[in-house]
Amino acid sequence: MTVSSANTELPLRDLLPGGADLKIEEASDGHAVITVDRTRLLGVLEALRDRPELKCNLLADVCGVDYPDREDRFEVVYHLASLEHLHRFRVKVPVAEGDAVVPSAYGVYKAADWFEREAYDMFGIRFEGHPNLKRILTHDAFQGHPLRKDYDPGQRWFLTDAETMVPEWATATSEDDDQFETQVLNLGPSHPATHGTLRTVVRLDGEVITRAECEIGYLHRCFEKMSETHGWQQVIPYTDRLNYCSSMMNGVGYALAAEHMLGVEAPPRAQVVRVILSELSRVMDHCVCLGANLVDLGALTNFWYFFQPREEIYGLLEACAGGRLTVSYARIGGLAHDVPADFVERVRFLLGYIPKFIDDVDKLVTRNRIFRDRTEGVGVISGEEALAWGWTGPCLRASGVPYDVRRAWPYMGYQDYDFEVPVATTGDTYARYLVRMEEMRQSLRIVEQALERLPDGPVITDNHHVALPPKSKVYSEMESLIWHFKLIYEGIKIPAGDGYFFTEGANGELGYYLVSDGGGKPYRIKVRPPCFAVFQTYPHMLVGHMVADSIAIMGSLNIIAGELDR
Amino acid sequence: MTRNPSTVNVDQPESSLADRSHLLPIFNGLAVTLRHFLRNLFGQRDVATIQYPEVKRQYSERLRGRHILTTKDDGSLRCVACYMCETVCPADCIHIVAEEDPNATVEWEKKPLVFEIDLLRCVFCGYCVDACPKQALIMSREHEMAFTTRAEAVVGIEQLRQKGPIEEQDLGYRPYY
Repeated sequence: MTVSSANTELPLRDLLPGGADLKIEEASDGHAVITVDRTRLLGVLEALRDRPELKCNLLADVCGVDYPDREDRFEVVYHLASLEHLHRFRVKVPVAEGDAVVPSAYGVYKAADWFEREAYDMFGIRFEGHPNLKRILTHDAFQGHPLRKDYDPGQRWFLTDAETMVPEWATATSEDDDQFETQVLNLGPSHPATHGTLRTVVRLDGEVITRAECEIGYLHRCFEKMSETHGWQQVIPYTDRLNYCSSMMNGVGYALAAEHMLGVEAPPRAQVVRVILSELSRVMDHCVCLGANLVDLGALTNFWYFFQPREEIYGLLEACAGGRLTVSYARIGGLAHDVPADFVERVRFLLGYIPKFIDDVDKLVTRNRIFRDRTEGVGVISGEEALAWGWTGPCLRASGVPYDVRRAWPYMGYQDYDFEVPVATTGDTYARYLVRMEEMRQSLRIVEQALERLPDGPVITDNHHVALPPKSKVYSEMESLIWHFKLIYEGIKIPAGDGYFFTEGANGELGYYLVSDGGGKPYRIKVRPPCFAVFQTYPHMLVGHMVADSIAIMGSLNIIAGELDR
Repeated sequence: MTRNPSTVNVDQPESSLADRSHLLPIFNGLAVTLRHFLRNLFGQRDVATIQYPEVKRQYSERLRGRHILTTKDDGSLRCVACYMCETVCPADCIHIVAEEDPNATVEWEKKPLVFEIDLLRCVFCGYCVDACPKQALIMSREHEMAFTTRAEAVVGIEQLRQKGPIEEQDLGYRPYY
């Protein structure tokens, strides 16, 4: 991932308000890091968004980091990107513990909505002016802020009062213009159509939704805290459980992030195998998303047709990695082991097998009037609106913004593959279906090209500060055994510093913000889950739609609870 | 390196009159499902489902199933209680207590007094197998594990120990490189 080096060439000090005394430096990942006082944060963010030379239209992530030894204990980090100029910025705001208040960026970027709530939940940093600042991932009865360094990772809270979240507006009775009382309805948390445990409270006027609010966090296990108590390499099995429909891509994204911090690169064979399996995982993820979305709309057959190729891909992943759902195949520095001998044959078979099913679904659904009537004009969002909310991935492309990380900031050699980014303009549920269908075909094109150029050679780096030495040497050589011991007991030592690295996951930009203190364990890992940004828009999209449409919209957004709640 | 994405527009045209009639797309759809049905009935069956548990899926030799503690020729464990697997375990599900091995040829050699794996905590990632420097811990393909109590899921040396010659085990994930 070569991030634009244009960052430092920009006359940032002239462009930003009060730029003369801002602290601006270039981080190891090539992003310009701007440290700003909280009183000037909003001015800087506005300038970053509005100045034509900067034009940062995407707020990718907001997160907190805890440094108990510093005078200003907390740091709020904003990750910004300009999809036009292809540059990235990181804005840091240090705040002291006793006065951990930062102005909310919600007025500048709507995307800050849930990300700020998460930072509040995890660190207790308050965001002044936020419209709905309350806990998001943990329950209201939770005490303390789990990602603070002084919070004991073993601490558990038993929920004794089964109090459920009821939004204030839901308790008040209200009447509509015709003096009919409106009704409050719970969608979820446990319902087949919510595809996970998500709860949406809606107020209905007849069958039309007039207001909605989501409650998430049912699947929260604080993966980020768990990572801090284990070594860098041990985080990979955790990442499998983020977006569990395409677990390979999470592991690859994380491994790439750690490799960038370390300055090592996986061998070419590992890179190509990663591309092949990632793209097949993308196909699989879209199969699940579309299949389930269609089931919700009453088209069951497509689900079977999509799950057949998915089953075959799982078979291939199992033959490579030894696990179907949670593959744990990527390693920092390469892959756990080489692919089986019949790998190429099996992938070739899949390349001929999968398109038949995509075509069948295409014939069944794409021109079907019932489907079109149910999805066209449902859940419409414009490109600008989607970007403001922090959308990425197929949902954003369905609104006409051709942003794909594989093209914008290529990694793993994606710049050498010939593929097209599918874009639709209408931004409705139907468009999201069309984009995903085409993406599956494009992914297969990439797999085909990758297979042509699959080189021979090792699949993991021979740098034994990073990767375990081959087993045959561990059994027979003293030196290798020592490397093995040191790596297991001390872990990989990533140089101190921070970096934000991102790949194109099945749902969009999957980012990892890694902070290392030079020890064998991560100091802080923040995942930017693509569907978190997408789902925060969901309650706003529902207004004016019917209950049945809410299910169609949710299915098309592809919410994966493992990634949403972490 | 191209930075301007080559895009393909996937917008669909307005429905044609034939599409709007409901009938043509429905007949097209019926042709697809009928083709699948007839092929599976008379021709080449392409069905992903299997009649589990009568029929079981054949997994690869890399499947990460239940662990096996391998033994030497004399039946004693190969494990030297080095704690590597316990250290590397992302789920913290391995618990080892070491003791001195009275039969050791080298002084101070250890063997495990207690070696427990909590199979309910285990995520079957295979890191313990990768970490073992003695090939004392490998995985089998046994993946159907059900327990009636939590305590039953914590298995010790006797349950994990290799039973019979290694060739007769249903071997799964082992060190590959």
